Amino acid sequence: MSDLINTTIIIATVASGIRLATPFLLASLGESIGQRSGVLNLGVDGVMLLGAFAAYYTVLKTGNLFLGIMIGLILGALIGLFYAFITVNLQAQQGVSGIGIYLFGLGMSDLLFQKLVGTPRPIMPFRILHIPLLSDIPIIGEMFFDHSLIVYVAFLLVPLLSLIINRTTYGMNIRAIGENPEAADSLGVSVGGIRYSALIIGNMLAGLAGAALAIELGIFQHNLTNAMGFIAIALVYFGAWRPLGVMAGSLVFGVVAAIVLQCKTLGLIPRSASDLAAMAPAIITILALVVVANRFRQPTALTKPYVRGG
Amino acid sequence: MMEESGSVPVLEMRGITKHFPGVVANDNVSFNLLKGEVHALLGENGAGKSTLMKILFGFYPPDAGQVFLNGHAVNLTSPAHAIANGICMIHQHFMLVPTLTVAENVALGLRSSRHPLTDLAAVTKRIQQLSDTFGLQVDPLAYVWQLAVGERQRVEIIKALYRDASILILDEPTAVLTPKEVDDLFQILRQMAEAGRSLIFISHKLHEVMALSDRITVLRNGCVTGEANPCDTSRAKLAQMMVGREVKLAPDKPHTQICEPRLEVKDLVVEGDRKTDAVCGLSFQICGGEVLGVAGVSGNGQRELAEAICGLRKPKTGQIKIDGQSVPSGNAKAAREAGLSYVPEERMRDGAIADFNIFENFILLNHGQKRFCRMGFLRFTPIHQHSRTLIDEYTVKTPNLETPAKNLSGGNIQKLILARELSSDPKVLIAAQPTRGVDIGAAEYIHERLSHQRTNGTATLVISEDLDEVLALSDRIAVMFEGRIMGIVNREEASRERIGLMMAGVDPDSPPADYCPSPE
Repeated sequence: MSDLINTTIIIATVASGIRLATPFLLASLGESIGQRSGVLNLGVDGVMLLGAFAAYYTVLKTGNLFLGIMIGLILGALIGLFYAFITVNLQAQQGVSGIGIYLFGLGMSDLLFQKLVGTPRPIMPFRILHIPLLSDIPIIGEMFFDHSLIVYVAFLLVPLLSLIINRTTYGMNIRAIGENPEAADSLGVSVGGIRYSALIIGNMLAGLAGAALAIELGIFQHNLTNAMGFIAIALVYFGAWRPLGVMAGSLVFGVVAAIVLQCKTLGLIPRSASDLAAMAPAIITILALVVVANRFRQPTALTKPYVRGG
Repeated sequence: MMEESGSVPVLEMRGITKHFPGVVANDNVSFNLLKGEVHALLGENGAGKSTLMKILFGFYPPDAGQVFLNGHAVNLTSPAHAIANGICMIHQHFMLVPTLTVAENVALGLRSSRHPLTDLAAVTKRIQQLSDTFGLQVDPLAYVWQLAVGERQRVEIIKALYRDASILILDEPTAVLTPKEVDDLFQILRQMAEAGRSLIFISHKLHEVMALSDRITVLRNGCVTGEANPCDTSRAKLAQMMVGREVKLAPDKPHTQICEPRLEVKDLVVEGDRKTDAVCGLSFQICGGEVLGVAGVSGNGQRELAEAICGLRKPKTGQIKIDGQSVPSGNAKAAREAGLSYVPEERMRDGAIADFNIFENFILLNHGQKRFCRMGFLRFTPIHQHSRTLIDEYTVKTPNLETPAKNLSGGNIQKLILARELSSDPKVLIAAQPTRGVDIGAAEYIHERLSHQRTNGTATLVISEDLDEVLALSDRIAVMFEGRIMGIVNREEASRERIGLMMAGVDPDSPPADYCPSPE
């Protein structure tokens, strides 16, 4: 009997870990694409917040989840376009401008929420999508194939982005301009164009991550993401800029967070220590970063604006 | 002579003018290139060679003038546009992505036959064909960071061949090669010219220009100062066109050797930045009034050797003595106090502070001395006086004492550093790449000062990639290869060929001395 309970708990924990990992995965996949092209964006969290609010508000008004997701994506694309203009055309210092994007997103999402919504009202969350046949497999099915559509989309993006980065000319161009933009330019690759596209795609994923979070929770509030975007940036380093590595990092983070939640619900953690326990995922991520991150070199041109002949 | 044949030149640049803030980089320059010829563009650093070529390659537009390809006027607006017109450029600093493979580097920027996927298998096959045809050995699947300098250059040439370039621009392609590699390169370039491609060879090395080209155009201060045919000109004439006056190509070298070792280095082992041994157990000594030249391709431990002697890098083991006194290792201050001066390779990074003005740079070493400082306050009158004396003595060209060092030309910065380093009349002088990137006039002057210091009894270590410089200055020549000294030869017994072999890691004493197969 207790075995059965244990199994149920483990299944529930893994499943919720995967669900918790999803926004991190989307955001850090996006960030890794931008960084691969040589542009650091510290504003991920701000983009997520704006994406979250836009999606929340759209669903609140229309009741259409799909529309909410689309609005989140479009908002991300617009911010990506703006950030590309700042970093590529104006050649701004990337660290500081990213912080600017973050602060803008944090303030703007809250302002709009106060003005347009005021008191929090819940929206309809995602429906669970049982994958036929696969979700019927005992244990595995419940763990992996009993999620909302956005979870599947996020995890399917991993092999897709791997393929794009490693096997397409577009991906090769991204890798080249992140390492030696001058060489790419001398061969006629448009450094600015590729960086624009990488930043637009990357920020679309950040917007999507925010939208997914808001719809998953069915709510919006001030600073909903609680610095998830910054964790996502750390996960890019953890994953050594590779989609698969980023996924591994997101899963570690998500599952540890799920374990902590589960322990709290089961009363295994005393109330007085619950704040400390909530830090566990972050601490484990930091430890993993220390171990992993130094083994890989970051893209050489990261944070360096490209000036022809400069 | 060739122009009278009546054929239309594949390339003509007519009346090109280009201004940058404060300078005229190109002033009404005209240049043409015939099919199948190697046309050298000779000039000092800053003469406008690179600007002209960057205009041709579409990096920036000219202020005035017109480019013609096969007689048709074109406006080349970007590198992509230039490549599409059959122009390829091999840059002085290789344009390769180290984290990509050779094949990926070659394919970069080209339309793939399997778009949007890459077609690296096909690219690899074509690279192999090209490398067989032209004798360019390189592994298409290797990552560029794994390749040696000579191999990287072959990748650059393959890139151009792959794009089927009809016009190939080579910007100082021999700067980082050993003499043997230079010979191989020239052979490949001649073969390409014979196959009907046209080559522009940019250089400031007279003997290379004479050896390779069909025609030579000389640039000075942004203007064409002459055109010559290597058959009816001489190195001296070319040098005169380049500099605008007569040049002594090698300084006189009177023999005044005081034979007591002033600098002794024993069993020195130094770790490089990559945590491997960059210097593997070196021992040598230099007498007062002697110049020991260190020849070798950069990256064979020369920089680490210099930094270890100067106390800027702590050696793993080994001993350094100046005038018989052991110098504590890894202590730059102690080395300075023992009488050592250092002219570093990276002059803007290690030799001067770019944003400091002239007089501040002059007193970097001795601003704490009583004559320049009282109770912690700088005494500007003696400092200015000291600076003016040095500026006059070393003919440093500067608007005034307040000018930041970064506004000076390479030659004048080097003179400034040399003046500072020699004003203490050192016992030991380490000079790394003392004339790299410096105009001929200043180089000539720097050589004179180094020779002068030699007659004063200083023990000098000159590290240089420029074999001519090493041969001109040294009493003895040590050749470094992979952290070891391949051998030390007296100047009288040193020939370019022998040194060249040693630079490639071949010990001329063991195999037959006249011919050795390539070490690869």
